Amino acid sequence: MTLPTITETPMQADRAKTIFEKSVAGRRAAVLPDAGVPERPLEELIPERLLRSEPPHLPEISEPEIVRHYNRVSRRNFDLDTGFYPLGSCTMKHNPRLNERVAALPGHARLHPAQDPKRAQGALELMWQLQETLAEICGLPHVSLQPSAGSHGELAGLLLTRAYHADRGEQRHQVLTPDTAHGTNPASVTMAGYEVVKVATNERGGVEIDDLRAKASDEVACLMLTNPNTLGLFDENIAEIAEIVHGVGGTLYYDGANLNAIMGHSRPGDMGFDIVHVNLHKSFSQPHGGGGPGGGPIAVSDRIEPFLPRPQVMRRDGTNGAEPLFDLDFERPKSIGRLRGFQGNFGVFVRSYAYILSLGGDGLSEASETAVLNANYLLARLKKGRAGRYLPVAFDRHCMHEFVLSGKPAKTELGVQTLDIAKRLLDFGFHPPTVYFPLLVDEALMVEPTETEPRENLDAFADAIDRILEEAESDPEIAKQAPYTTPVRRLDEVKANRQPVVRQALA
Amino acid sequence: MSDQYPDGLLYHPEHDWAKLDGDTATFGITWYAQDALGEVVFYDPPEVGTQVSKDQPYAEIESVKAVSDVFAPLSGEISEANAAIGESPETINSDPYGAGWLVKVKLSDPSETESLMDAAAYQKMIEEG
Amino acid sequence: MTRYTSATDTDRAEMLAEIGVGSVEELFKQIPEPVRLGRPLELADGLGENEVFERLVTLAERNADAEHEICFVGAGMYDHYVPAIVDAITQRSEFLTPYTPYQPEVSQGGLQVMFEFQTAMSELTALPVSGAGLYEGPSTVASAGYLAIGATGRSRFVVSRGVHPHSRETLATYAAGYGAELVEVGIEEGHTDAAALADAVDGETAALFLQSPNFLGAVEDVEALGAAAKEHGALLIVACDPMTLGVLKPPGECGADVAVGEGQPLGNRLDFGGPSFGFFCATEEHIRRMPGRIAGETVDADGRRGFVLTLQTREQHIRREKATHNICTAQALNALAAMVHLAWLGRQGYRELGELLVQRTAYARDRLAALDGVELLHEAPVAREFALRVDAPVAEVLDRCADRGIAAGYPLGREYPEYGDGLLVAITERRSKEQIDQLAEALGDAVKELGTRNKQQEVPA
Repeated sequence: MTLPTITETPMQADRAKTIFEKSVAGRRAAVLPDAGVPERPLEELIPERLLRSEPPHLPEISEPEIVRHYNRVSRRNFDLDTGFYPLGSCTMKHNPRLNERVAALPGHARLHPAQDPKRAQGALELMWQLQETLAEICGLPHVSLQPSAGSHGELAGLLLTRAYHADRGEQRHQVLTPDTAHGTNPASVTMAGYEVVKVATNERGGVEIDDLRAKASDEVACLMLTNPNTLGLFDENIAEIAEIVHGVGGTLYYDGANLNAIMGHSRPGDMGFDIVHVNLHKSFSQPHGGGGPGGGPIAVSDRIEPFLPRPQVMRRDGTNGAEPLFDLDFERPKSIGRLRGFQGNFGVFVRSYAYILSLGGDGLSEASETAVLNANYLLARLKKGRAGRYLPVAFDRHCMHEFVLSGKPAKTELGVQTLDIAKRLLDFGFHPPTVYFPLLVDEALMVEPTETEPRENLDAFADAIDRILEEAESDPEIAKQAPYTTPVRRLDEVKANRQPVVRQALA
Repeated sequence: MSDQYPDGLLYHPEHDWAKLDGDTATFGITWYAQDALGEVVFYDPPEVGTQVSKDQPYAEIESVKAVSDVFAPLSGEISEANAAIGESPETINSDPYGAGWLVKVKLSDPSETESLMDAAAYQKMIEEG
Repeated sequence: MTRYTSATDTDRAEMLAEIGVGSVEELFKQIPEPVRLGRPLELADGLGENEVFERLVTLAERNADAEHEICFVGAGMYDHYVPAIVDAITQRSEFLTPYTPYQPEVSQGGLQVMFEFQTAMSELTALPVSGAGLYEGPSTVASAGYLAIGATGRSRFVVSRGVHPHSRETLATYAAGYGAELVEVGIEEGHTDAAALADAVDGETAALFLQSPNFLGAVEDVEALGAAAKEHGALLIVACDPMTLGVLKPPGECGADVAVGEGQPLGNRLDFGGPSFGFFCATEEHIRRMPGRIAGETVDADGRRGFVLTLQTREQHIRREKATHNICTAQALNALAAMVHLAWLGRQGYRELGELLVQRTAYARDRLAALDGVELLHEAPVAREFALRVDAPVAEVLDRCADRGIAAGYPLGREYPEYGDGLLVAITERRSKEQIDQLAEALGDAVKELGTRNKQQEVPA
């Protein structure tokens, strides 16, 4: 086998040009209304020293050319609506267009966040209903929708933990995280003013119970965990783990990254967790938007409830058969306070609520079943092919909604690394799995197909992996120089880091 | 392999080296360390006058996707820092034992050298993984 | 009922056979019995698409939105016109449905937009470094505090009471975690009290936080107020409204080390408060302490221009507990909306819009202040929002105006008890002279009726 012929594709030949480079002085798109009021010299209204002398160098370009520019730029993205996107731990499930439509209704999209609650009853009811729904799914009675993303939910959870202990007159300093935890966990711990203490992981990706016992003390404020764990396996010792942490007075925090595996089957609250964050952009279909927005609501137990952020959406039952009234409760003396402006990412709540209404309780539970079925099927398909030899599964048993392969044999026997396989997948029209996470697996590939992929796509992906490994058996260079067909080929990250160019220099 | 681990240097298990010159020593990172890290993209030299303690980090070296602490093989006070590599950190990759040196340190306890390895012992440690 | 999935009964049977199990239930056996739910979720069953749509329409119709009410409410989020191309472009699958650009070869679109966005925000704020976007405004202010602690090694913040109350409260929430003391400086005649501020900033101060225009709408003299920070080696952190920077001197020209703010006015809908984005710009020396994603320019293996996420060693996935922030999102879609809006406005349009706001605001301010029972809360210069005092209970005044289809403004009383009679009125390009006149009429009538009634009630006492 020889290297694919490298002829430049049309898109590659079309070199990137920014909108600033397309600017021509004097062109414009917007036509603004006249002020329509008697105008006065600006300097009369605002002292000259507080005024800008020269307008910023924004692009000068017509509307049709703006549209063309961003359409062309958009084609340089791979996206979920185009193809399979099995990015582990990210839950790239279908983003229903219905959700976009209902989020864009004027009653949602053009509702001012400071509208008097009396005149925003629909929005507050939607938030309240979503809270109730998430409480049921998580098995914890109280919900705040305020956190803007998973990382924000983590910070909220740790600040709640701090407030909870302080209220009991305790000062604790440590937060336990598994040494395999996602990087946000330790970063959140530090931001919340705690010290990270790592707990060892057993070979199944679960918590090493002996190490947990050794580190559990009255210094421990909290243990942060995700279950199923980073290997996509359910930690069977969860009850014992909860008992150990609660035994020393700590709280248990659940990172909801992997909730898509267990909806309607098992609930973090029932496992003993005190605080859970839910990623609305993972389990509940908010589009990822190329890196946001998302939503990271938290569900908590009774003992944490007094400390929830303000304001909190509340429902007052109507008297004499009147409709219930929804309101914002600011009178929460023990609250940790605000985590952000206004009430949260409401547009995300609308989409997630529409998604939950569409699936219903039965549909959510079935979604998790199909996600688990798809993951196990893809794993079985891969094991049968060359992946079974070169990319063995890190822990050989049934997985939940995702699984982790190790590219170690491919590296040693074929001379291709996980990164090379990922890059070669791009030429086959697939987004690669998450790579090099979790850290406990050498050359890791973390695969999460989600429930919305049909079997044919899973088959095609397994076939592509097999083809790539077959190529590598005869010539590893094919993968090592991939990709060939993408808008650009491998990028020089060293250059980007040594002399960072983070904006365009403009006159 | 002697290019990779020259004789005459003292080696620390965190992949740092020290070269003695009277009561002063020059520190740097080993060939193995720079290789493991990959292309270095950023290094912020520490201040002259800073106290460093044996086995404790005194600086950080960044590659594209990793940050590594640099450990002091010996204790003392930084008397000179290699400012030039702040500008061209790639020197740490290309010449880790020469122009890629990091700091010179006036040693506070020269007897600490006894716990460091020679080139052969260090190489053996690496090979045994 | 399963939606959005493909597996038929035949598929399931064949897939289970391939896996080598008899049922999906077997795959769930790894969940120990005591933590199994063992019952269906107590949620309604799924609905068809049209039913969900109708349900959401019914809810939406119970909200008084800016399409059905004339909205003079601001307080950080504004009813600007979002051009049609923003919707068209942000709804493209290629922008709407990818993840964070972890594979740059197939994410050049998103990365280039980040690079363009960073360029635009640097231009607006006159600061050389911009991140790709953070959650939203107030939490971005709090993130700036985290940077200041790292940069100065100090942990005391001096905060103007003119900074948005949500920002101050969020800063306090975060500070309770990372550990910082907050000192507030009051407002005099609409402006931050300069003398009190000079006293408050000292050698232990990590950062001085100002906002301009401040929450009461007043344009602050950031340069003069910021001198105290310069003198004591504290960072000057300025929150600003991106719709005013075509007219007002940008933070970077006023000595700001960091400029932050709520991005909603740029191309983002009101959405009852989110999602939007926060912007974070800084001087060059803070580039390695910046929170969140940053895109940078580079070349590919064949020398083609391309873009990547850069300086990632700052971030949580590499530096973990020593990261400059825990954030992973860049609010990329919201930042795209802003970039498209700014391109649509263009260099001239952006300035013209700023001037339009100032002119209409001046008109509205004069018009409303001339009403009986209404006076200015302060006479400081304003750009797009101003504060009034009304001689009648504010909540009732607002109800009366709402009855006439007007959201008259934001009541200041909850967050500024000292201005219990205060009302904050915001102007956008959507608020025409005719609408301002309508507001004047409604507000005048409401104050007259409610004020008179109050006075009559006072008589027997």
